[in-house]
Amino acid sequence: MSAAPPSLPLRESAEALAAALPPLLARAEALAATVVLGEHGRRRAGAGDEFWQYRAAMPGDPARSIDWRRSARSDSPFVREREWQAAQSIALWVDPGRSMAFSGAADRPEKGDRARLVGLSLAVLLLRGGERVGLAGPEAIAPRAGRNQLMRLGTALVAGHDDDHAAPELELLPQGARAVLISDFLGATEPLEAAVTSAADRGISGAVLQVLDPVEEVFPFGGRTVFESMSGALRFETRQADNLRTRYLARLAERKAALERLARRTGWQYECHHTDAAALTPLVWAYHALERGRA
Amino acid sequence: MTVFGPLGFSTPWLLAALVALPVLWWLLRAVPPAPVRRRFPGVALLLGLTDERSESDRTPWWLLLMRALAVAALILAFSGPVLNPQTDRAGQGPLLIVADASWASARDWPARRDRISGLLGEAAREGRPVAVATLTEPPSDGVTWRSADHWRDRIDAIAPRPWAPDDAAVADWAAELPEESFETFWLSDGLEREGRAPLLEELESRGTVRVFEGATAPLALRPPQFVEGEIELTALRAGEGDAVTAELSAIGRDPAGDEAELGAAELDFEAGARDATTTLSLQPELRNRLTRLQIDGQNTAGAVSVTDDSLSRRQVALIAPDTAEERLELLSPMHYLREALAPTSDLIDGVGDVDTVLQASPDAIVLADIARLSEVERDMLADWVEDGGLLLRFAGPRLAASDISRAERDRLMPVQLREGGRSVGGVMSWGEPRRIAPFDDDSPFAGLRVPDDVTISSQVLADPGPELSRSTIASLEDGTPLVTRREIGAGQVVLFHVTASPDWSTLPLSGLFVQMLERLAIGAGSADPAPEDMAGMLWEPVQHLDAFGTLGPAETSAGVDGAELAEGRAGPDLRPGIYAHGDRSFALNAVGRETELAAATWPSSIEVTGAETPREVSLMPPLLLAGLGLLLADILAALFVTGRLRPAAGTVARGAAGIAAFAALLLAAPAAEADDAEAFALRATSEVVLAHVRTGDARVDEIAEAGLRGLSTKLTRRTSVEPGEPIGVDLESDELAFFPMLYWPITADHPAPSDAAYNRLNQYLRTGGMIVFDTRDSDVADFGSSTPEGRRLQEIAEPLDIPPLEPVPSDHVLTRTFYLLDGFPGRHEGRDVWVEQAEDAEEETAEGMPFRRLNDGVTPVVIGGHDWAAAWATDASGATMLPMQDGRAGTRQRELAYRFGVNLVMHVLTGNYKSDQVHVPELLERLGQ
Repeated sequence: MSAAPPSLPLRESAEALAAALPPLLARAEALAATVVLGEHGRRRAGAGDEFWQYRAAMPGDPARSIDWRRSARSDSPFVREREWQAAQSIALWVDPGRSMAFSGAADRPEKGDRARLVGLSLAVLLLRGGERVGLAGPEAIAPRAGRNQLMRLGTALVAGHDDDHAAPELELLPQGARAVLISDFLGATEPLEAAVTSAADRGISGAVLQVLDPVEEVFPFGGRTVFESMSGALRFETRQADNLRTRYLARLAERKAALERLARRTGWQYECHHTDAAALTPLVWAYHALERGRA
Repeated sequence: MTVFGPLGFSTPWLLAALVALPVLWWLLRAVPPAPVRRRFPGVALLLGLTDERSESDRTPWWLLLMRALAVAALILAFSGPVLNPQTDRAGQGPLLIVADASWASARDWPARRDRISGLLGEAAREGRPVAVATLTEPPSDGVTWRSADHWRDRIDAIAPRPWAPDDAAVADWAAELPEESFETFWLSDGLEREGRAPLLEELESRGTVRVFEGATAPLALRPPQFVEGEIELTALRAGEGDAVTAELSAIGRDPAGDEAELGAAELDFEAGARDATTTLSLQPELRNRLTRLQIDGQNTAGAVSVTDDSLSRRQVALIAPDTAEERLELLSPMHYLREALAPTSDLIDGVGDVDTVLQASPDAIVLADIARLSEVERDMLADWVEDGGLLLRFAGPRLAASDISRAERDRLMPVQLREGGRSVGGVMSWGEPRRIAPFDDDSPFAGLRVPDDVTISSQVLADPGPELSRSTIASLEDGTPLVTRREIGAGQVVLFHVTASPDWSTLPLSGLFVQMLERLAIGAGSADPAPEDMAGMLWEPVQHLDAFGTLGPAETSAGVDGAELAEGRAGPDLRPGIYAHGDRSFALNAVGRETELAAATWPSSIEVTGAETPREVSLMPPLLLAGLGLLLADILAALFVTGRLRPAAGTVARGAAGIAAFAALLLAAPAAEADDAEAFALRATSEVVLAHVRTGDARVDEIAEAGLRGLSTKLTRRTSVEPGEPIGVDLESDELAFFPMLYWPITADHPAPSDAAYNRLNQYLRTGGMIVFDTRDSDVADFGSSTPEGRRLQEIAEPLDIPPLEPVPSDHVLTRTFYLLDGFPGRHEGRDVWVEQAEDAEEETAEGMPFRRLNDGVTPVVIGGHDWAAAWATDASGATMLPMQDGRAGTRQRELAYRFGVNLVMHVLTGNYKSDQVHVPELLERLGQ
């Protein structure tokens, strides 16, 4: 009997990762398929390389835009239009922190699950629309188009993190790019504010999606309780948890307001999503938020 | 042991721990419940918050109370509380436990055994040697002292016996009592006996004697007596108490042979009376089936009286010759028979007709001097005897004059007779009248005393032959047979060679005549046979009665002499029960006809206790249980208080909801069934669905379903038929009419469908359904029956309405409904596939036409063995499930199998459409004209 090859643990974990990936991708695809693309006018004339259509020349069209070969076949001049291909770079950031691995009830997905699903579905939609999608954060993936990018994104999204909360890193984004940040934003707000503000300074607009479990909104606890963060790094003991409820809820509302303020100040979009609601809602919201940001 | 009133504590110092309860209360109150650990991502928002009240939640008072109670219960339990402690009985030296253990002890035997067990337990604690003796079976070795544990292991063997102690045996045992002093505890059955006083004297001389007596005196039932058509019953009681009524029931077999109550009566004891008498009137039919009489609620052998022949009355038919002549009554043979039989049996008299007599199904028929019987009557009688009847014939002038049984033995006669008869000692003859010789031991009359004054003057003579001595059961002093017997089938024929009247002998005048008839089991024995009546007969025990009054199979088979039995004293060697001798039965009861009951009287110096002494009850187990229960409840309560029970509460709620839903489901089951049927119908009809018959073999069913799924996929891809998911059909319950085609894989152990299922299948076939039988063995085509599946198919298909079959002809429409095929391979290929024979099979191919014009319609069956489903089978992802031949040939064969499947479905759905298609050119041509 020989010893197991040293690469085995690595392979095992890779397999575990890969095992999670196809279902996530499949669900993301399924979710994205429910969004009708009609409104999103990517298929329209504009700057680009691909032929889009011929149309009769109108006053004001520059002469060099006239397609002489087409015009020669008829009496009136025609303009050759190209498809609008101002492909955008969109950076996703899905909080990989342990805090996202929380679910308040057995029949609800973990927050992180939902966040990854929404993020990846958004990527599916955007990639289908021809956009370039990348991943911000420590394991950044440069924005690229195409279906292969989806696999890369999916793999990277499944990767975990040790701390309770992670901070978005938007420094590497090109100017004019867009960012979608998905997290519960229950950690410290300073890194987020710094990242978003500096990104906005570079003309990067985006959306902030806060994913919360209903338990976090209700705080249904009572009695003597020791609260621990998901990694166990933070502890808080109380003798009467029910007495804390109003104050906790006030702090949560304050946190949401702060996020909203940040969004308003930087021209970003903010939305709060609860894991007991349908995943389609935040997806559609995020998709439209990107639209609005572009306009 | 410390005693407080009715309560005693074995370790009372433990009760001091109760003082600690208030301390415990204070401690529990001071310590708050342990905190709950919760994972909560929002903890970051909580940091920095402080509790408003510095003091933590106190443990609620009810939880404290529960814990205090639990601890109190445990403390009490371990201090060993005992209710009604029995501490007064302190004795010294060996202890002798004497039990009467008679039938009268059986009623409250459990209490007595408890008492013995209690005594043994006490003796074990005190280390006293013990001896236990039952007076019904006194130990043969006198008194043996042993440890109490020795007896405790054998306590189940100490049991009451269904008889009373024998005074002589008790006296013998008492004489061997050891000389040393000992204490005696006597469990008396409460009945006075001769031997009681001497024994008591003996015991008292050795030491103190204490006596235990049951609370209620037992009742006893004397054997029933038959008096003027009614059963007379007498019950006894020991004391002269108040007026009491006892219920009595008569138990017997119902016509089916099961035990049933045949009658009931009430026995009224008047105040002060020691006995009560009642009568029970039962029809002869019921009376003959009676097995025992018992006083209800007594459960002792004394209150049960098993019955024997003395109550069952036989039906005896008397047939006399038609005599026109008038005779004196005393000269008629019938008179003597009637007198002998009437007291103990029911007579069918005055009917001269054998036919009518036989309709009354008598136990015995007596033919007095009847020679001639018609052939039909002889046949009927012979049959009746074969079935167990007893035919008793008497000789007489007519028999002597006739030629019956002369040339050869008549079948209704036991022996062959010689011509004429003989007279001895008459006026016209020499010699003295003959006497009867003493009976042989193997004769049924063995033991009967022959009176001196019985003489025989005339008789018919048996023809000497080799069998004569065996047939003879009574003879004269000179050896000529007097009574002969022959067994025929289950019955027998007996011939008295004399008349039943005193014409030929004085036998009918003697008591011997009655006794002989009794021994022949014609007249049942009288109720109280004298020992000499029974002498010489060996009776075998059939059933034994135990002390509790239940009849069980006999424990020994050793025969008992009749004289001993007739004395009727039950004992260890003569157990009560039912004894049999041939056809006769005799019941020996624990209580005889002369038994009297009297209450035992004890000298005032003797301490007599009753059964009502309260039993010692240890309160430790219930207290321990209560304490543990409270502690368990405390666990739940603590969980609840700390909030940990909340998710569980949800589970409980869900569980409750589940139970409610289940109950609702049970209630709504019929509705759901109807819904199921509807859902099934909808599923089967909203699309074209291929169906297979579920065989019960999981693998075969799986392949069949996978095969149809694969075929459905191919159909969807290649044709405009787009079938839904295939359905497995249960022939017994599912409606078949929805399916165009049933695929039926045959397994060797396929269970045959029920009649209802066959009806449905035939209906299905008649209304245009098609069944594809697949024996899956590649060898069905000639019904070769060489395979188990083929044989099974034949068995299954036999009740089906299947038309004549033929192998698929080359121009069958099945060969061209979609693909042009010349073979029908499945996973196997080769042998023929059979379909319905064309009606006009003789038709020749028309000129220029490639096919015959054949009949319309779809063949109702396709029978083959090519295991098509296996070739079609695909799994959920569309991959083929089972391998075919290697390489291209396999792929090709699978393709052909699919093509056959497509053709099959097309044939079912389009019928002979393709057959018509080939006529299109001709039709077009006609239209053109």
